[in-house]
Amino acid sequence: LSANKARAALVRRGLLSLNTTFHGSIVDEWGLAEYPDLRQHNNCMASHLTPAIYAKLCDKSTPNGYTLDQAIQTGVDNPGHPFIKTVGMVAGDEETYEVFADLLDPIIRERHNGYDCRTMTHPTDLDSSKLHSGRFDERYVLSSRVRTGRSIRGLSLPPACTRAERREVERVTVDALAGLSGDLAGKYYSLTQMTDAEQQQLIDDHFLFDKPVSPLLTCAGMARDWPDARGIWHNNEKTFLVWINEEDHTRVISMEKGGNMKRVFDRFCRGLKEVERMIQEKGWEFMWNEKLGYILTCPSNLGTGLRAGVHVNLPRLSKDPRFSKILDNLRLQKRGTGGVDTAAVGSTFDISNLDRLGQSEVQLVQTVVDGVNYLIECEKKLEKGQDIKVPAPPKGN
Amino acid sequence: MVLTKDIYNKLRGKSTPSGFTVDDIIQTGVDNPGHPFIMTVGCVAGDEESYEVFKDLLDPIISDRHSGYKPTDKHRTDLNFENLKGGDDLDPAYVLSSRVRTGRSIKGFTLPPHNSRGERRTIEKLSIEALATLSGEFKGKYYPLNGMTDKEQDQLINDHFLFDKPVSPLLTCAGMARDWPDARGIWHNDAKTFLVWVNEEDHLRVISMQQGGNMKEVFRRFCTGLLKIEETFKKHNHGFMWNEHLGYVLTCPSNLGTGLRGGVHVKLPKLSTHAKFEEILTRLRLQKRGTGGVDTASVGGVFDISNADRLGSSEVDQVQMVVDGVKLMVAMEKKLEKSESIDDMIPAQK
Repeated sequence: LSANKARAALVRRGLLSLNTTFHGSIVDEWGLAEYPDLRQHNNCMASHLTPAIYAKLCDKSTPNGYTLDQAIQTGVDNPGHPFIKTVGMVAGDEETYEVFADLLDPIIRERHNGYDCRTMTHPTDLDSSKLHSGRFDERYVLSSRVRTGRSIRGLSLPPACTRAERREVERVTVDALAGLSGDLAGKYYSLTQMTDAEQQQLIDDHFLFDKPVSPLLTCAGMARDWPDARGIWHNNEKTFLVWINEEDHTRVISMEKGGNMKRVFDRFCRGLKEVERMIQEKGWEFMWNEKLGYILTCPSNLGTGLRAGVHVNLPRLSKDPRFSKILDNLRLQKRGTGGVDTAAVGSTFDISNLDRLGQSEVQLVQTVVDGVNYLIECEKKLEKGQDIKVPAPPKGN
Repeated sequence: MVLTKDIYNKLRGKSTPSGFTVDDIIQTGVDNPGHPFIMTVGCVAGDEESYEVFKDLLDPIISDRHSGYKPTDKHRTDLNFENLKGGDDLDPAYVLSSRVRTGRSIKGFTLPPHNSRGERRTIEKLSIEALATLSGEFKGKYYPLNGMTDKEQDQLINDHFLFDKPVSPLLTCAGMARDWPDARGIWHNDAKTFLVWVNEEDHLRVISMQQGGNMKEVFRRFCTGLLKIEETFKKHNHGFMWNEHLGYVLTCPSNLGTGLRGGVHVKLPKLSTHAKFEEILTRLRLQKRGTGGVDTASVGGVFDISNADRLGSSEVDQVQMVVDGVKLMVAMEKKLEKSESIDDMIPAQK
């Protein structure tokens, strides 16, 4: 059925009756008639989807039947985001990144600082023992957190998966998590079956995720069949958390109050490796390749898929006009404490790494550690009435 | 719930020639478990063939929604406005405005849940051409959503003509808001009494309306305008989707048949609080809505009263029921104003 979807699309456009073959020139012409109106748009997809690329790719599909129109729908429907330039497209499966490489390669290059996946390789390094100086001054850092995503190879991604595939992701992941022990032992709460009491507890712990309302996600089809096969797993200590079937197959989060990023990262790496071992025992694996690292739904999360961050109080530094520049040069970004798309409350910020692809997990977390330590030093200097320096940008930027 | 495991298993391997599947049909119903006010259909068609390929699912839904309509039944189309009796004498002190709307789908194209940008743009292009040929009382202008001036937009808002990007998840989960506002627009005649929506929930929605209670005139203009538009589409070999079993084929199974909703905004403050109001409406085969349209509550005792039926009776039949029913209800309202009983006026079930 899915193999015929691309052909069905051609029939739908009147290019083919069920019995004829198509000619390239007709497709080119019609390709332009289908070309989206991107004149009001400001996202990565709109920046790179030329009519020529559209005409070339519009009648291709992945083996699962995922098409270009499906991949770009979210970017067509959402012209621009007020705070950040969004990517404007998603992957429906692992093969999306290959079949639509003509569009995705330049998007990846733009979004990931010139990373050229045709010539470069992405380093994966989950050896947390390499992290140094990973304990922050807790007079400033309120909490520490590392998150990433993982996709199960062989199953379509949230924009395209069927109910059966989504349920399989849930089954495989819950099965693996059930094998964790010690400080990682925990419990799964299915969104469809949790009790009211469990739900309230998860809300109080700030663990519960809701049906997506952002049109960036809903227009990509990620909220279909909600809340079927969605759920939350966390360990008994509430320091290791896994979301199932939200924006990615799985999102893995390690966190705790205070400034011990070293411990957070240790647990992160250990937990991830354990889960990977468990699924491999059953014949499954994560989507990964040496060009793009871990394959996730949004191209912005390729590579490590890692966002390591802290909630940190910087009352003086945040008012200094050099704050943004300092963050930029440290390769850090700020968000409000509600996460992406929120504003800061008071002077407490969520500070995390900007980069995802082209550097390893260890490198990125080290960047956050070094950067946050620098920010705290700046804050302390300002407290004493001393001046601060804007650090030099990293080499090659 | 009509979708049993057996039916699902039977249908899951099928698709229409354009690639629409049973999962596509039901997505909106899966994502929207229930509506507070009315029992929603939960399914949409992606193309004309959906109603054939997925008969096993859609026929029982159609039967349920359209009062037992059988797969073998035939639907009658009657757009001869002269067959309507009366309708020009509804008391304007009570009937504030009158309106008739329907939808039309253009043969050869897939429907809003499924169509591509190219198809949608062609539908717009054909619609603009067809509407541009209209003259006399039907002479008008097209306003594309993506190209109107601020001034035009304000005017359309003031006239209550402008439609917005759908926010109802019933529509967005069915994919009808994709690529908004590409190839969407509004056309209306200079007199602002005949209006066409292009590429909203259906290819075309056609609306005839005016202040006051002259439903006869509204219906005349409705039929005349529709038939003129249809002529032009036929000339280009793109007639409307229609068959003798389902009548006019539209996106939502609830709009099959005539696709017609004929109604009035009518003041019924006393009747609407009468214990038998709902029963009277049911017997008259009418339904009530708030004056904001579907999913709204009434304001100040003013209700939107329209026909409940779409399939199995003709346009003339349905508008006749509105005309006769509203006339009766206004008479009841007047009686109640005088504190008289309306018990002997309660109608039999139509």
